[in-house]
Amino acid sequence: MALTLMKGSEAIAEAAIRAGARYFFGYPITPQTEIPEYMSARMPEVGGCFLQAESEVAAINMVYGAGGTGARVITSSSSPGVSLKQEGISYCAGAMVPCVIVNVMRGGPGLGNIQASQGDYFQGVKGGGNGDYHLLTFAPSSVQEFIDLMMGAYDKAEKYRIPVLFLADGIIAQMMEPVELPEMVDYKVDPEKKPWACTGWKPGDDPAKRGIINSIYIDTESLAVHNDELQAMYKNVVDNEQMWESYNCENADYIITAFGTVARIAKSAIAELKEKGINVGLVRPITVWPFPYDAVREACCQPSVKAVLDVELNEGQMLEDVKLAINGAKHVDFFGHCGSQMPSTTEIVEKILSMKEGK
Amino acid sequence: MAVLFEKTKLLTDKQFHYCPGCNHGIIHRLVAEVIDEMNLDGKVIGVAPVGCSVFAYDYFNCDMYEAAHGRAPAVATGIKRSVGKDTLVFTYQGDGDLASIGTAEIVHAAHRGEKITTIFVNNAIYGMTGGQMAPTTLIGQKATTCPAGRSEDWSGLPIKMSEMLAAVPSSYYIERVAVNNTANIAKAKKAIAKAFRLQMEGKGFCMIEVLSTCPTNWGLSPVEALDWLEKNMIPYYPLGVYKDKEAE
Repeated sequence: MALTLMKGSEAIAEAAIRAGARYFFGYPITPQTEIPEYMSARMPEVGGCFLQAESEVAAINMVYGAGGTGARVITSSSSPGVSLKQEGISYCAGAMVPCVIVNVMRGGPGLGNIQASQGDYFQGVKGGGNGDYHLLTFAPSSVQEFIDLMMGAYDKAEKYRIPVLFLADGIIAQMMEPVELPEMVDYKVDPEKKPWACTGWKPGDDPAKRGIINSIYIDTESLAVHNDELQAMYKNVVDNEQMWESYNCENADYIITAFGTVARIAKSAIAELKEKGINVGLVRPITVWPFPYDAVREACCQPSVKAVLDVELNEGQMLEDVKLAINGAKHVDFFGHCGSQMPSTTEIVEKILSMKEGK
Repeated sequence: MAVLFEKTKLLTDKQFHYCPGCNHGIIHRLVAEVIDEMNLDGKVIGVAPVGCSVFAYDYFNCDMYEAAHGRAPAVATGIKRSVGKDTLVFTYQGDGDLASIGTAEIVHAAHRGEKITTIFVNNAIYGMTGGQMAPTTLIGQKATTCPAGRSEDWSGLPIKMSEMLAAVPSSYYIERVAVNNTANIAKAKKAIAKAFRLQMEGKGFCMIEVLSTCPTNWGLSPVEALDWLEKNMIPYYPLGVYKDKEAE
């Protein structure tokens, strides 16, 4: 298939449509506004619906509404807007409404700035909204990987009845890359496959099959049963959905851990370090929830490894999961900038060199 | 034996949790009867709010959602946009839900002319949390968060949602009714029926505001509460049609 040069945000939108998304609800915010703009033109062409909501709060609740009917639905935003969505995300998680949420991360906290960032790792992976829940969270490092993950995202969201979050830094949405777009998926709501969805129950039908999209379980026992069900599902996701890339890890002297576009810069640093005779590997989580603890531990705890360097476009968030994976077995150093100052290849090389010198 | 009266099949057999004298039971029944009489063959989705009617999904015998506080119009928007014009979509919301935390969602559902119907139950107080001041609480009315009575100087005048939403250009039908006596109950049912009919005809946003009592949090007997509604609420919240694009 021919490669097309596409801007990240437009490729993300097109991939969602090809994956079966027919409902988009969103609100403009930089640096992802090209996603709603693209959707507004493209959705009518495929018989779908683009709706500009009055706020991110409303947008995620529209997602909850459309998702509960069994439709494939998506919303996108950037950090401050995703903060506003957290209430609705928690409701989607509680009511087990499958959907896709895209966060093109920008600098924070607060209004921060509009440059690329990875500052919402904690928000995406450690909670964000209230209650004991997780989102299946992808952190793609290229536009093509974003497309490929999007193509499978709805199947996974529907299999587990879990909302899917894409944590992408602003670089992914703003850069252009040659991509291969897959064929359009032919998706139609099948009430047999989604017996929980609101698809037209009527009095006289089996009362157990009445569609109730709900996250309130007022007595302690029923809430416990519901949370047990959620936790069993999360365990299933942890057991089956971890994704990561290991690069040049075998017998490495140092291991870099990084996600998203930062991992690509790390690869350039690894190539430079190789020329200096220093063997450095990279472990890149592709799912940041579930976090690939075993894979990170395996790479980082090899006897050859002297130390681990975690690099992020924030002040050290995934760092905590890396440390949990390694559990004190190796020294873990950190290099990063707060949102919007991309770590450079030279900075990463110099950091590893200073670690080698024991600084 | 001839059957003279049957409970509507659009209500489940679940026992209401509402307090004695609360009007939610009447309003639930009116909504359910109207839907039943429309013969929609399962093409009905309701959205319950946060507040006293939070468990309405257990009472209305159709596909139901439970929404976050105030967000029911946004949820209903997502539903209606995905299921299309043949399915009746309604929200059932109280005054804390709709007139306070959910003002953005209700105003913009009206502003977009969403083809949904909102049943807005206004009893001038927060019921579920135990009697706090609502935006609709009357001047001088006591509540647990205005123990000396609501003052205009401190909290402003009570908000009038029907008047406000009638001013939104895309709203289609807005009427305020009450359920304090049988004549008004009959009028309320007619209003609900009209709003639902307009939705199924593909017309724009409709809201029926229903003045209702809260004997428990007003500190009155059910009968006194009906009287209080008539003497205090109706003068400030006059009954009637505030917007009817069909008649224009």
